Amino acid sequence: MIYEVFRRERKGQAFEHAGSVVAPDTEFAEAWAREQYGRRGESVALWLVPRDAIHDVEDWADEFDLKYRRVDGYSIKARLKEARERAAARAG
Amino acid sequence: MAAVEIPQDEQAFLAYVQAGGQVETADWMPDDYRAKLVKFIEMHGNSELMGVLPEREWILRAPTLQRKLALTAKVQDEVGHAQLIYRVVEDLGKPRERCLADLVDGKAKFHNVFHYPTKTWGDVGVIAWLVDAAAIISQKALLKCSYAPYARIMKKICWEESFHILHGRDVILAMVTGTPAQFELVQEALNRWWGPLMQFHGNPIPKEEDPMYLWRIKSQGNEEARQQFLEGYVPQIWELGLTVPDTKLRRREDGTWEYGEPDWDELMHVVTGHGPKTDERLAFRRRFLDQEQWVRDAVLAA
Repeated sequence: MIYEVFRRERKGQAFEHAGSVVAPDTEFAEAWAREQYGRRGESVALWLVPRDAIHDVEDWADEFDLKYRRVDGYSIKARLKEARERAAARAG
Repeated sequence: MAAVEIPQDEQAFLAYVQAGGQVETADWMPDDYRAKLVKFIEMHGNSELMGVLPEREWILRAPTLQRKLALTAKVQDEVGHAQLIYRVVEDLGKPRERCLADLVDGKAKFHNVFHYPTKTWGDVGVIAWLVDAAAIISQKALLKCSYAPYARIMKKICWEESFHILHGRDVILAMVTGTPAQFELVQEALNRWWGPLMQFHGNPIPKEEDPMYLWRIKSQGNEEARQQFLEGYVPQIWELGLTVPDTKLRRREDGTWEYGEPDWDELMHVVTGHGPKTDERLAFRRRFLDQEQWVRDAVLAA
């Protein structure tokens, strides 16, 4: 069985994918993951996840053009310029 | 946002990786790319596994307990690298068992430097310092490999290799500050290893013609790597009062190193399985592979 290994480098940090080990069960997987990803103190915690248990999401449809929810949906340069010019005109 | 689409035809895929695009295990990839990846990464795994043998020979003969422990740790690291690397190869479709079988049957290659004997403790120092230095130059360039799982593993490997180089340098420094006989051991080892070291990065074909560069498996050409090695390490060798056994070696005004032509026939001869220690070391691997079969069987039956 293939186990994906995630490691946390320091407390408070997110777990990050590190690699994988092949093992017949969780006990062996732990022994080998400790050896491969923790024996130099480079991890404070590991997650071992059977590869089959991972639900992969990769398809990001954007049919409805939802740009209004993001910063790249707004271009204020021209409007700001006009607003400043009007303000200057008003101030005379 | 839409995920970056991996192009599904060979030409577009090539353009994608050449523009710095990275590929994951489950992505579509051209057969040629997959075959080149397996060949390259498997050879790297083989080299890690075979690379421990010259050093292993010195664990029992290390001059101090501290050196013995450090050498053991280094051997352990390198076997660990082999395990990580074979895991990447397995995900590309070639099981580890088959990699090992091909290795002991002499069907697969490993780096030239691991086909040579380690005559003295001086050789151990030169290997740990300069062979590892040459290897880390290649490995650092793999951090940008177009195949992302391999690039990620390389991060960990490079991190561990930095200890190896320092350990090697420490061994060398202890000897060059020791007795004249110790200094001589280092000089003799350097004389033995310089040829193989200069061959290590391969013949200077233009990188545009190197299929491994074309697919961006490697991110630099062979000559680039060798120049980087010379630039980084020749001054360090010279400052210790050691002599590099190449009368043509010099640094040009523009920073390029000139050197005597490495023996490319020797390289070809050695990596095709005719090195002075090739048979003996493969026989050793074969013996242990057979001998430890019961461990693998027992684990799989668990």
